[in-house]
Amino acid sequence: MLAALRVVVWRDLLVALRRRSDVAVALLFFVIVASLFPLGVGAEPNLLRAIAPGVIWVSALLSSMLSLGRLFEADHADGTLEQLLLGAAPLGAVVAAKALAHWLVSGLPIVVIAPLIALQYDLAPPLYGVLALSLLLGTPVLSLIGAIGAALTLGLRGGGVLLALLVLPLYVPVLIMGAGAVEMAAAGLGGQGQLLILAALAIVAAAFAPWAIAGALRISSE
Amino acid sequence: MLEAAELDCERGGRALFRKLSVSVRGGELLRIAGANGSGKTSLLRILCGLLTPAAGEVRWQGSSIKSLKEEYSRQLVYLGHAPAVKDELTAAENLHVTCTLAGIHGTVGDALDRFGIPADKPVKQLSQGQRRRAALARLVLSERVPLWLLDEPFTALDSAAADVTRNLIRNQIGRGGAIVYTTHQDAGLSDSRVVEL
Repeated sequence: MLAALRVVVWRDLLVALRRRSDVAVALLFFVIVASLFPLGVGAEPNLLRAIAPGVIWVSALLSSMLSLGRLFEADHADGTLEQLLLGAAPLGAVVAAKALAHWLVSGLPIVVIAPLIALQYDLAPPLYGVLALSLLLGTPVLSLIGAIGAALTLGLRGGGVLLALLVLPLYVPVLIMGAGAVEMAAAGLGGQGQLLILAALAIVAAAFAPWAIAGALRISSE
Repeated sequence: MLEAAELDCERGGRALFRKLSVSVRGGELLRIAGANGSGKTSLLRILCGLLTPAAGEVRWQGSSIKSLKEEYSRQLVYLGHAPAVKDELTAAENLHVTCTLAGIHGTVGDALDRFGIPADKPVKQLSQGQRRRAALARLVLSERVPLWLLDEPFTALDSAAADVTRNLIRNQIGRGGAIVYTTHQDAGLSDSRVVEL
């Protein structure tokens, strides 16, 4: 079974590597959206510092949405999804591997690049770590919840918009905790509480989302 | 081996077939014939468990395939309408992925050679027929899998590749495997039975 999961991650990473433009688009989208706010609201340092966590987190949310469409759509179109459904390994584990590959390609680069974006907002350097850590714990949840939505809307006309309507409300707890952790740390209260809740969310999502994704995929591929 | 009893299938509110019973044993070749849109692909998808029938049940060696899940998936090869290969990967990489997922081991290169497919070319540079061959190459490595479900295996193949496929099918039947396949033209195989939809 482990061989099957490894091969799924390897395959998705290889496809992403050979279609680098798709990955770059989502990442550039994140950088551009997060950079538009200082241009729009003006260069008042206190204001920028106050809005930074929220803006960076919302940008990460939107960027993660952008790449969700690809998660199952391409596999559905070329027939490889049927082979995943008929694989020897449990489908829940296989889709967890796919969500991991999605996170490595779309979530991890955001975690790495976020401190650079924070620079534009004049965030205090000690907060960079908290921001990156909150994203590190939160973005896997985005990938897992997003995958449920992507599986449910697979093959639907206008599925992209529906996916956004379905998934964005579910992202709210992650957004509140993620941005909240940085804000608390900025206020000198430490963001441990929020970070722990994010970690709990990640564990719960990792345990239950794969089975929901598998069920949704079976329904929508009928 | 495989039995389906009193299957009803509906697609988009329209009944495709009702009370259909099919069965196939080891060493048998079952052909599903019928016009376009008569439900050949749907029947095959029901038999492999991708589609739930509106009524009826599919059993593998006496147990319902719903309860067997992956245990049943391991016993079958399903080749669907689409070739199920990724454009970005080479034929060898594709076959490696498909076989690992199915839990099959074997030398990927030999299987591709049988069908004359360049192993290291991205699939995106191959023609429709070559993609089809790249998918069929999996059958070479699937000798030990007892049930083959093939949807239009001869579509887009030239005569050489069709011959290779026919030989694979005959050998598998000779080894005691069971095969169900769909086609709307004569494939030149001696079918044990034909189900007309």
